[in-house]
Amino acid sequence: MWQHVLTIFIASALINNFVFSRYLGLCIFFGVTKRMETAVGMSFTFTAVMLIQAVLNWIIYTYVMVPYHLGFLKIVIFIGTVAAFVQAADTIMKKVAPALYYKLGIYLALIVTNCVILAVPLLNADENYGLFESMALALGSGLGFSLALIIMASIREKLELADVPKSFQGLPISFVLTGLIALAFLGFSGMITL
Amino acid sequence: MEAPALVQAKEQPKLIVSIGPHMHDEESTAKIMWTVSGALIPASLMSVYYFGMPAVMVILVCLVTSLLAEAGMQWLLKKPITLSDGSAFLTGLLLALNLPANAPLYIPFVGSVVAIMIAKHLFGGLGYNIFNPALVGRAFVLVSFAKIMTTFVAPVTTFMALDAKTTATPLVILKEEGIARLLEIYHTKAALYQDLFVGNRAGSLGETSVAALLLGAAFLLMKRYITWHVPIPFIATVGILTWIFGGHDGLMTGDPLLHMMSGGLILGAFFMATDYVTGPSVRSAQIVFGICAGALTVLIRLKGGYPEGVMFAILLMNCFAPLLDRAMRSRVFGKAEAKGVKK
Repeated sequence: MWQHVLTIFIASALINNFVFSRYLGLCIFFGVTKRMETAVGMSFTFTAVMLIQAVLNWIIYTYVMVPYHLGFLKIVIFIGTVAAFVQAADTIMKKVAPALYYKLGIYLALIVTNCVILAVPLLNADENYGLFESMALALGSGLGFSLALIIMASIREKLELADVPKSFQGLPISFVLTGLIALAFLGFSGMITL
Repeated sequence: MEAPALVQAKEQPKLIVSIGPHMHDEESTAKIMWTVSGALIPASLMSVYYFGMPAVMVILVCLVTSLLAEAGMQWLLKKPITLSDGSAFLTGLLLALNLPANAPLYIPFVGSVVAIMIAKHLFGGLGYNIFNPALVGRAFVLVSFAKIMTTFVAPVTTFMALDAKTTATPLVILKEEGIARLLEIYHTKAALYQDLFVGNRAGSLGETSVAALLLGAAFLLMKRYITWHVPIPFIATVGILTWIFGGHDGLMTGDPLLHMMSGGLILGAFFMATDYVTGPSVRSAQIVFGICAGALTVLIRLKGGYPEGVMFAILLMNCFAPLLDRAMRSRVFGKAEAKGVKK
């Protein structure tokens, strides 16, 4: 069982990386990677939110939705849980770490409706994962997303000095760059099939 | 009172700095590029010897397309046209050496266009590209035309041979049928090593002849255009990890020599991972770069869906190069952090 958990963790971090092979979470990916500082801050927030809400949603799914046959309400209920949790986190962060709040406030609001955050509990529910498997998927996806954010930020900071053609400056070249990184990540394909 | 000063500051002309190196020396970008291209001549000649006319055609199409794409892109971007610096020539040659000889000629064409236009010029041209252009071109055609790109022909030694026999590369045989089948084909291990070393085996043009590649690499090392910091850890890691994990009968039973000499490892380690632009420039980061690339290569070769992982490993490490440089740059001594000042 622990081997399966480890497999899920590695697969979700590298092989099925949310950005580079599932193409999810791109709005945040392009939004915060202009600066390394915001990318790192976002990585922590994102991974933490992902892990905690994966556990919350697993509890709700296993003990409420399955017994009462509410599976068809998955999307609504998961969005509701995520929104409630993120709103709470938002308020707490504003009080505890105002500096980080002012830097990431807008992105924390974006997390509420972020597709990766919603995708993790949906995947967990579809695959009928247990608690540890759900946590492994959430943690792996979170760290994989963080990895994507951090390498993207380091490359984009380097690209700022580059003589990119005018029509490609900013967002367009970032899309091209993401495509090329995804091409490199294809090397991992076929490694682990879940 | 402050406004005029601000305006004045804005109007100051920009200080434009061209691509390094800035030291006054007889070395130049053009000289390095042409020397590296020259170091690839033995490998190119060996590929022509073994694969005949198709190899010549692939190399020619790559070179011509690369040069045309470079000139076209520079004309479009209204930059000075710099074909004579040899960078497009080198990209074209490296791409050709990474393609199978029997590839239909639109493959080198598409690969070169992607390499020069997308991987190089969209990112700002020479000196700014994040990924090795030749490898991006190769990866692009590999995922787009997977069937053609993984069908290799056996070497032919008659120059104008019209028929070619398709066959699998040693790595594909090793992956799909195991070491026993390889030994059945080559009879003894010594014969297998000898064919790998000389280049008498199926594979991409420049991947075949280890001897010719090492000759070119030795020349570049002697001229100090490349250093040992990337290629040696790269190849050593592949050797050690395949020795530990590569065998079918448990740990420590792998065949490191076979893995080190097959596939594109020698070409990739000496000629593509050592790229100044796409690799890290801090020495310790270069060693880490080499080790990680070696580990990724072994991971893909032994566990991945593709039989060969050198190309993907270098591309993946190219993504990490800015981060490695950032993390391992030497500390600045004698600098005090000012209190209350934002970095």
